[in-house]
Amino acid sequence: METTYTIWQYLFTLPVHEIPWWAEVFRSILRVVIGLAFGLGLVPIYVWLERRMLGWVQGRLGPNRVGPEGLLQPIADVIKLFMKEDIIPTNVDRGLFLIAPIIALAPVIMSITVIPWNGSKSWGAVAPGLDIGILFLLGVASIEVYGVILAGWSSNNKYSLLGGLRASSQVISYELGMGLAIIAVLLMCGTLGLQDVVRGYDLRQPHEFVAGTVLNNGQGLINVLPLSGTGYTFYMLDWSSGFWDWNVFRMFPFGLIACVVYMISMIAETNRAPFDLPEAETELVAGFHTEYSGFRFGAFFMSEYANMAIVSTICVTLFFGGWLAPLGILNQVPISWIQALTQTPDSWVPWWANLINSLISALWIILKLFTLISMFILVRASYPRLRYDMLMRFGWKGLLPVALINLVLIAISLAVQHSFRDSLGTAGAWWVGQIIAWALMLAAMLVAFVSVRKSYASRQRDIASGEIPADSPIVRHPVALALPALTSTEK
Amino acid sequence: MPESLAGFLSIPVLLFLIFALGAVSTAVSCVLTPNPVRSALFLVLNLFCVAILYLLLNAYFLAVVQVIVYAGAIMVLFLFVIMLLNLGSPERIPDQMKWQQPVAVGAGILLAAMLTVTIASSVPSFAPATSLPQTARRTTLDAREPGASQTMDNSAILDDIARRPETMGTPYGIGKNLYNPDKPWLFPFEMVSFLLLVAVIGSVSLAGRQTSEEKA
Repeated sequence: METTYTIWQYLFTLPVHEIPWWAEVFRSILRVVIGLAFGLGLVPIYVWLERRMLGWVQGRLGPNRVGPEGLLQPIADVIKLFMKEDIIPTNVDRGLFLIAPIIALAPVIMSITVIPWNGSKSWGAVAPGLDIGILFLLGVASIEVYGVILAGWSSNNKYSLLGGLRASSQVISYELGMGLAIIAVLLMCGTLGLQDVVRGYDLRQPHEFVAGTVLNNGQGLINVLPLSGTGYTFYMLDWSSGFWDWNVFRMFPFGLIACVVYMISMIAETNRAPFDLPEAETELVAGFHTEYSGFRFGAFFMSEYANMAIVSTICVTLFFGGWLAPLGILNQVPISWIQALTQTPDSWVPWWANLINSLISALWIILKLFTLISMFILVRASYPRLRYDMLMRFGWKGLLPVALINLVLIAISLAVQHSFRDSLGTAGAWWVGQIIAWALMLAAMLVAFVSVRKSYASRQRDIASGEIPADSPIVRHPVALALPALTSTEK
Repeated sequence: MPESLAGFLSIPVLLFLIFALGAVSTAVSCVLTPNPVRSALFLVLNLFCVAILYLLLNAYFLAVVQVIVYAGAIMVLFLFVIMLLNLGSPERIPDQMKWQQPVAVGAGILLAAMLTVTIASSVPSFAPATSLPQTARRTTLDAREPGASQTMDNSAILDDIARRPETMGTPYGIGKNLYNPDKPWLFPFEMVSFLLLVAVIGSVSLAGRQTSEEKA
């Protein structure tokens, strides 16, 4: 056991329980730097992408003068924001006015800490060992709204206050659907650690995996292969895994429903079109940040875009397999190939092998992230803004019941699976649980359908008896599954 | 004496002192601030300080739930209502119940005395929890040889985790203990959730009654 290690091994390759405190401090700082570079360094690129894509959709050019293809435009904007005067209007609540942009930006940066970019327990995230990752995300998401509320209140401006109030009520409403979608993933995976969520294990890992350990992921056995003989903790899934193992396709269609609920909620959470009522230009000037200028406005701007990136990354992590490739074979360069190529012995792996594999993981997560961001932008370009009552009704009477029923069905299916696992095996129990849940889902859809039909029939009766005029407006509903009370003949 | 002081002031104890002081001072500011928005914000800070105190007790789950439920949901609603009603600093309301003040002081002194007696009688010393003998914390998990078995005996390991003092406060430990039918906590837990459901239904029916009266 008395092996002497080089400083390089202490700093980078040894497992976390074998290193002294100073090496852990160094690693922590390095992880924080990587996380910040990922989280905030990509923000200018999102801004550029959004402006160019919006231009493309709307048949115009977008910024294309500063730098190649306009890539330097965001940097020019940032310089402009920093040079501008930081105006503090009179009669604002000065302390809160100054601190509100910081409060808006801080939770966004905090949520970077738990997002994993590869499977390593030493290097996989800023805080890779945190086993309350999902709860942490929910907690941080719930305090994000304070910045907007305080900005709206402290500005001493009616438009700001209205924007702040709208933002808070909207975020509270959509946080529920979002939380229920996240809890659905939690139930399916049986873990709160985000790395384990990506790998889909329903087993809490007390220590690092042992080489060749066979793990049960709830649907079958996965052979965990260690990628390195150095004790460096980098493991990959079997080559037979792929996008069909991602949580979005898990317990079909419940994972998919949770994913859709999450994606709608995340657009509402970030206050973006078509849910951008807190800063509706036609009604509220600029909403909660009307009175802000200079780099304080820049902080709000940055927090909005960084938040967009963070919720997309959370979506990728929870539903789309995080750093995993769509096909298992694309996950990593196998260590055995590198060993064969460099003709090293089995017990030793070149230091750059893990680096290459980490970069491949990071590449996949960035590719998925940009796909989702592009979806954000296309949604913004395609859909008109919702009316405020539609927004609230959609959140409370559309998304929330769907997410809740979805969650209950997942729980029922899992309970049935659990009780049949011993007698029928994992696969058989899965089918039994799923068929029961499917039947219940169809029943719920039937009930919703019948009640909607009934309310339409009663409307037709009212029209026939002359109680309401035939051209009275039907209250339009964002989702067909909305509660029956919605379709009653409100005037 | 300096030696024992150095032993006393370990990092967890220092953190405890900082955040306990923070909790007390924000609680006092919350009561004394006349501006309702600032008062609510001090309450948020107070809840954060208490959440960190939970963290120091290894109760990670409780800490995060505190932030989600109280700081994130309930206090946002408080702020929402305060802003919606646009409450400024209230003028001094003439005190209607003069007898309240001496009663409140007496009750406060009584509470402080009870707390002091309880704490003084139950905590023998301020020894930090980390001074437990290392052998007492060794469990089957530590004894497991790495690589000894190819398929881990999951349930044994997981049961072991739920029993350890440092993991009792994690979601896993809480779940294992709270939902264990052999332990007496499942029934009260379910009763509390039932109570909350009743409260929700009651509030819905109250709100619904109001609108039907408006229609009539």
